[in-house]
Amino acid sequence: MGLPPGLKKIGPALFELGVEFRAGMRVPVRIVASEKLLEEMDDQVFVQAANVAMLPGIVDASYCMPDAHWGYGFPIGGVAAMDVRSGVISPGGIGFDINCGMRLVRSDLTWSEVEPRLHELVDALAERVPAGVGRPGFVSVSRDEFRDVLREGAVWAVRHGYGISDDLARTEARGCFASAGPECVSECAIERGFRQLGTLGSGNHYLEIQVARSEGIYDAELAKTFGFDRPEQVAVMFHCGSRGFGHQVATDYLQTFLRAMPKKFGLPVIDRELACAPFSSQEGQNYFAAMCCAANMSFANRQVILHRIREVFCDVFGRTAEELGIRNVYDVAHNTAKIEKHKVGGVERTLLVHRKGATRAFPPGHPELPPEYRATGQPVIIGGSMETGSYLLAGVPSGAATFFSTAHGSGRTMSRTRARKLVRGEELKARMAAHGILVRAASLRGLAEEAGFAYKSVDEVAEAAECAGISRRVVHLLPVGNVKG
Amino acid sequence: MSGKGYYEFTDDVTSDLSFVARGATPEAVFAAAAEALLTATVEAPEAIAARERRSLALEEPDLELLLLRFLNELIYRRDAESLLLRPEQLEIMRDGSARLTAELVGEAVDAKRHALSTDVKAATAYALRVRETSNGWEANVTLDV
Repeated sequence: MGLPPGLKKIGPALFELGVEFRAGMRVPVRIVASEKLLEEMDDQVFVQAANVAMLPGIVDASYCMPDAHWGYGFPIGGVAAMDVRSGVISPGGIGFDINCGMRLVRSDLTWSEVEPRLHELVDALAERVPAGVGRPGFVSVSRDEFRDVLREGAVWAVRHGYGISDDLARTEARGCFASAGPECVSECAIERGFRQLGTLGSGNHYLEIQVARSEGIYDAELAKTFGFDRPEQVAVMFHCGSRGFGHQVATDYLQTFLRAMPKKFGLPVIDRELACAPFSSQEGQNYFAAMCCAANMSFANRQVILHRIREVFCDVFGRTAEELGIRNVYDVAHNTAKIEKHKVGGVERTLLVHRKGATRAFPPGHPELPPEYRATGQPVIIGGSMETGSYLLAGVPSGAATFFSTAHGSGRTMSRTRARKLVRGEELKARMAAHGILVRAASLRGLAEEAGFAYKSVDEVAEAAECAGISRRVVHLLPVGNVKG
Repeated sequence: MSGKGYYEFTDDVTSDLSFVARGATPEAVFAAAAEALLTATVEAPEAIAARERRSLALEEPDLELLLLRFLNELIYRRDAESLLLRPEQLEIMRDGSARLTAELVGEAVDAKRHALSTDVKAATAYALRVRETSNGWEANVTLDV
């Protein structure tokens, strides 16, 4: 497997495949990566990014972030902006786990205070934040109340006592996509999701206790503004999404679009997972409204989990959340499509930006940022594998080149089946313990699938994102305790 | 269902789980695919008892979309009804469209007895194939996990 012919280096960490790469491409493919990361990308990334470049209404380029790897329809790490009038919306450009995202929570606690209580803390988090398959969430709502969650997102959670208004200010879109329309959601999706509010899920979903060591601070001033202001500071990072609800929304509309594409819209099906509909069509608008509901379910899910984390820390340390300084740093969405204004060729345009396994990264001064982060740029969270650590970064002005989008994680390099053949869950758990990482896993088989060697280097990914000028590193966080879904 | 099918997980995709299901008939392949889904979901699918029953009837334009819908229906019932189900009787008819009727049997998820493994999000259309081979029938499926 080699790199595709015609791939050109056009920037310090930027490569381009011109429209001649595959017939039908409307725009080039641009890949943000170091040479090493590029070599590690599976060849399907280039094919899938080229397929995306063929979609009607795509503007500027089909982008791949440094952690790009094979996905359904779009590659994971794919970014595509569509003209809102002539362009399409594609569930494959968003993913099954709509608004799967990351939340980072800081505390005033240091590692020396947490270390003696780590087992207690991790056990309590594992017990009180349901993970794995089939466990109901710790927030019980009726089907009608769930529709309110879909309309309001994290706002619903705070309104019902799960958190404080400051949490919302430090959440992308204040934790609510305003275009949500529960009437566009199937009864099946409601039935599948309404018991799952307050669940972590499985696969690559996790909740991690982390430490920011002094040598992991890249920019002390920015780190301080983001809440990292003392040596060996402890934080909590977690990754989860819209659970079965979001998956059902994606499945429902994928089927709707596949039926309508050839007959109603006269659109060819390049790849069934790249099913799409004109954004301005009724089908496109309905999916957008349903997708926003799933995004809101996810924001609410992460908000109630933050509340539960506060409860656990308060119980273990016998102090209030205020006394412990537990505060949301930021919550970022990974799998969404959003209407945003961007300059293309010097002209401001309203675009539907698909980010699949990619993070929005607004620069300093952006009007959509809360006052707390207006001067710093948006906090960006890149989650690494559970063995290697994660990064807090910030958006930068030069991120305009990728519609202010950056990486979201490490990106897999190996199948789950292969990872399981190479290590047993028990063995990995022991190895992680030897490296000072305590793990509680809902499934040991699932743990083996998430081994560090199955992922790209998160250090490489964060460095490439900085080198390409799409975000810059602020804090490196190391795992010490992990609840694995 | 005539004859028992079988399945095998493959190394095809980096993020998720893919498998090939084989059998003498489309019915055997569909049943084997359901078993692969259960194997992905719990550590010991053989421990799932036949305590609950559900009837299922589906219609899609072709066998591939029918298999996709069938697997997604099983995933839906796992979340919506907390049920782990497998087909006991399954019949497929092809007369212009593809239709399936099945009696599903299984039981409610019990984390203490079932050693849950992976929360499969969806069966996907990626590289989905159902075809007749010289030895019977075969399906390729990728599960998003």
